[in-house]
Amino acid sequence: MSDWIPLWLHKLGSPPTFYRFAGKLQPWAMTLALLLGAVALYGGLLLAPADYQQGDAYRIIFIHVPSAWMSMFIYAVMGVASFVALVWRIKLAEVVAMQSAPIGAAFTFITLVTGSLWGKPMWGTWWTWDARLTSELVLLFLYLGVIGLYHAFEDRRQGARAAGFLAIIGVINVPIVHFSVNWWNTLHQGSTVNVFGQSKMAWDMLWPLLTMTLATKFYYAASLFRRARTDLLDMEGGKDWVRKIAEDEADR
Amino acid sequence: MSALQHFLAMGGYAAYVWPAYAVFFVVLIADSIAPALRRHRVLRELRARLARQSARQQRQPPPATPSA
Repeated sequence: MSDWIPLWLHKLGSPPTFYRFAGKLQPWAMTLALLLGAVALYGGLLLAPADYQQGDAYRIIFIHVPSAWMSMFIYAVMGVASFVALVWRIKLAEVVAMQSAPIGAAFTFITLVTGSLWGKPMWGTWWTWDARLTSELVLLFLYLGVIGLYHAFEDRRQGARAAGFLAIIGVINVPIVHFSVNWWNTLHQGSTVNVFGQSKMAWDMLWPLLTMTLATKFYYAASLFRRARTDLLDMEGGKDWVRKIAEDEADR
Repeated sequence: MSALQHFLAMGGYAAYVWPAYAVFFVVLIADSIAPALRRHRVLRELRARLARQSARQQRQPPPATPSA
C-alpha cells in the first residue's frame, strides 16, 4: 500500500481491528440515534405548529425528508466504497459497500411509502410518474439490483466486485434524484431546506427536521457497524480471531 | 376533546400520519434486528464446523507431514 495512507487507517482496514473498533462505536452511535430521534419526534409531533396550508399532514416531513436524504447519502457512500474496493481491492471497502445496500434500500422504501401516504391527502393520489418519484423508484431498483447481483455469485468477493460495478454506474441517478425538482416542473415540491442559503421553513419546524436528519445518520452508522461486523465473522470464518469469538460466545 | 385525542387525531390526517410513522419504525426495527439474527446463525454454523473438524481429527490422527 502507498506511503501516504497513514498507518492507523491501514490498520483499521484489517478485519479484526475494524471488528473491535466498530464494536466499541456501535452502542454510542445507536444511543445518539435514539436520543436525537426521540427529541426530534417530540419537537416535530408536539412542539411544531400545524402548517397553515397542509394542517397536520405535513408532519410526515420529519421522517420523509431525512429518509430521502439518507437514501441518497447511503448510495453515495456505497458508490465511493465500491470504487475504493475495485481500485485498491480492500476487503473492508467491499464489506462497507455491500452492507450499506440493505440499509439504503430500507430508507428508500420508507421514503416511497411515506411519500405516498403524504401524497394521497395533498395531491389526491398515492402515486404519479413525477420525475422525483420515478427517479427515487429507480434508486430502489438500483439498491435491489446491487443486493441481487452480490448474492448471485458463489464467490463472495467476485459478487462484491460485480455488484460494486453496478453501484458505481448507478451513482448517476443520485444527482438526477436531487435536481429532478428543478429540471422537470412536475408535481413534487421543490427543496424547502437549503444548506447554502435561507431555508423556506420556520425554525420551529426546521430544527426537528435537522435533528432527525442527524439521528438517521447515526442510525446508519450503527446499523452499518453491526452488519459489517457480522459479515466479517462470516467471511473470516476460518481465521483464529473468529474462532476465538465463536468459542467465547458458546461458553456464555 | 382531550389533549391526547386531539394529538392522535392529527387534525383529521391520522390515517396518513400514523401509518407513515409506523412504516418508518417497523422497517428500521427490522433492519436493526436482521444483523443480530445473522450473527447468531453464522457463529452457530462455525461452531458446528469446528466440532466436526475436531471429531474427524480424533478418529484418525492427521497424516505425518511429508518431508520435502
